[in-house]
Amino acid sequence: MEERKGRKKKVLLMGKSGSGKSSMRSIVFSNYVAKDTRRLGATIDVEHSHVRFLGNLTLNLWDCGGQDAFMENYLATQRDHIFRNVEVLIYVFDIESREFERDLITYSSCIEALRDNSSNARIFCLVHKMDLVQTELRERLFNERRDVLVSRSLGLAITCFQTSIWDETLYKAWAGIVYTLIPNLPQLETHLHRFASIADAEEVILFERTTFLVISHVTRSPIPNPFPDRFEKISNIVKQFKQSCSKMASNFTAFELRAAGFSAFIDVLTPNTYILVVMPAGAAESATTLMNIAVARKHFEKLERDSSVRGVEKLGRDSSVRGAEKDSGVRGSEKGGGGVGEKDGINGN
Amino acid sequence: MPPTETLFLESTTRIQKDPIHSFMDFQVWDFPGQLNFLDPTFDFDHIFGELGALIWVIDAQDEYLEPLSKLHTTIIAIQRFYPAINIEVFVHKVDGLSDEYKLDTQRDIMQRTQDELSDNGFDNVQVSYHLTSIYDHSIFEAFSKVIQKLIPQLGTLENLLNILCSNSGIEKAFLFDVLSKIYIATDSSPVDMQSYEICSDYIDVIVDVSEIYGYLVDPLQEEATVEASSIIRLQNGMVLYLREINKYLALICLMRKDSIEKQGLVDFNVQVFQNALQRVFEVGR
Ligand SMILES: Nc1nc2c(ncn2[C@@H]2O[C@H](COP(=O)(O)OP(=O)(O)OP(=O)(O)O)[C@@H](O)[C@H]2O)c(=O)[nH]1
Ligand SMILES: Nc1nc2c(ncn2[C@@H]2O[C@H](COP(=O)(O)OP(=O)(O)OP(=O)(O)O)[C@@H](O)[C@H]2O)c(=O)[nH]1
Ligand SMILES: [Mg+2]
Ligand SMILES: [Mg+2]
Repeated sequence: MEERKGRKKKVLLMGKSGSGKSSMRSIVFSNYVAKDTRRLGATIDVEHSHVRFLGNLTLNLWDCGGQDAFMENYLATQRDHIFRNVEVLIYVFDIESREFERDLITYSSCIEALRDNSSNARIFCLVHKMDLVQTELRERLFNERRDVLVSRSLGLAITCFQTSIWDETLYKAWAGIVYTLIPNLPQLETHLHRFASIADAEEVILFERTTFLVISHVTRSPIPNPFPDRFEKISNIVKQFKQSCSKMASNFTAFELRAAGFSAFIDVLTPNTYILVVMPAGAAESATTLMNIAVARKHFEKLERDSSVRGVEKLGRDSSVRGAEKDSGVRGSEKGGGGVGEKDGINGN
Repeated sequence: MPPTETLFLESTTRIQKDPIHSFMDFQVWDFPGQLNFLDPTFDFDHIFGELGALIWVIDAQDEYLEPLSKLHTTIIAIQRFYPAINIEVFVHKVDGLSDEYKLDTQRDIMQRTQDELSDNGFDNVQVSYHLTSIYDHSIFEAFSKVIQKLIPQLGTLENLLNILCSNSGIEKAFLFDVLSKIYIATDSSPVDMQSYEICSDYIDVIVDVSEIYGYLVDPLQEEATVEASSIIRLQNGMVLYLREINKYLALICLMRKDSIEKQGLVDFNVQVFQNALQRVFEVGR
């Protein structure tokens, strides 16, 4: 069971009806843009989706409809079913809710159920729809809410984010959540550092391919960038553009910008990642950077493959796994060799 | 400003004049909806004397008969003294309306306007109608068309773009005003909304990424004046090509990937286009 958990991570998405759970899920994992979410209906019971991440990590996302009747069920008859084996709980609060106190009571009940069934689960609270609050007031309101949430979490550690589907805060929160789940991160980061220095780049950012969430980044430029939130900004920018491409029934494969002061390249790195490389002004020809990326591609593909093979070996020892699932994990002729998972590991696109 | 933030806008109380500095200087005058500028205390000539176009916005989600009759009185007043002013009606906030309902509304507004003008003896007034919403690209498209009519060199620009396209294997080329994302000219092949949208979104990407890494520009270096250029490759074999023309304008081209294989040729032709454009605007001054 332990090993199995290492591969599929159960993530609960909870909160009051209308707080924005399905909206966030659809934007981050299914290529919706913010305005498309107006058409979403209330979620009935639990909607499951499997999100493939970096080859060997699969998020098993439980989007739990938040209407009162469902919530009561989760906490009573379905209690074990819902709260057992949870790796991460994401609890969403609508900043405009008129009954915050009532939301808190439900929240505390969920935390209690989680503590009893999955004592090691990580807890994230999203204070959501912050776009509805005037900019100057956001920080203060968020801090207030966070203090209250901390005090109502039965002493468990929680991480809070302020979010809105209308700006990049959405990506900051979800990258933060997913980051804690990525296996073999240290190895990945070592490789990324090495690549950045070989390419002599100012900055390198690694993104997951379908969500465009930031996995890791290396900054070498000695001058501090005035945008500390640039990573999620770029996720947002590229995600928006992917959406425009999809209107033309396509996707972009490579991007190159040569501007005064810098050049930027975005390219597919591995079947599960994109890389952004920022080069200083007057750096080498584009072709050199593109070649460096091509060389790095081999290393990172191997890294991805290795970690995915390890996942499969673990699976192999787990008698409860069906053969079919094993097959989909690894393709190729050699034992354990070949490609990693599907390009688009996302259901419900 | 993103569309959702307009919720916080306060009602306009005075005429607001926003100078737009671009390849061509113009001013946008935002009139308060409350204002009755046909009131004799208003300086009619001051307002309409130098006007190129009048944009009249009608809220399609609201009762529009009364606003419409105000539009009619305005057109009639203008026609008497300044018949050269382009009259552009934006049938606005059409998001949330079905396609059929949109067109019905536009037809109804056109019909009523025509009838009213005829009744007053104005039979040949050119009035243009645009269906617009701030939640998609339609508002930019509409402004593009309004502005294009005001550019005296439009024909020349179109010709230059046609030449560029046919010499470089380009399928569609737009000349964009970067700040407003309206296009001031395009080649004469038909515009489809999708191409316009993707080009306009491309500008967002360029502007946003340039802002984030713009701190790397050394203001003392001559490099700072280098014009940005960019390429995006799409999975379906199409390529987007962007070249900054000057502070205000950018050229964006859509082409197949075979055309960009001869990138040297494309770059060269774009340079020629850029030089020609420079001359057009110098003469225009
Ligand atoms: N202003 C604003 N609206 C949002 C935001 N996120 C979601 N919404 C809107 O909130 C409404 C409800 O969103 P859903 O995602 O369906 O809510 P839910 O939490 O899944 O609701 P249940 O499925 O009933 O539990 C939709 O109309 C969204 O457009 C946000 O960040 N800002
Ligand atoms: N649904 C929808 N709402 C819009 C659209 N354009 C503007 N609005 C909303 O309409 C409201 C009024 O917009 P304003 O631009 O302030 O109206 P105005 O014409 O300048 O009004 P005055 O300044 O009083 O003359 C705002 O809440 C906008 O968010 C649109 O295309 N669709
Ligand atoms: Mg839902
Ligand atoms: Mg106003």
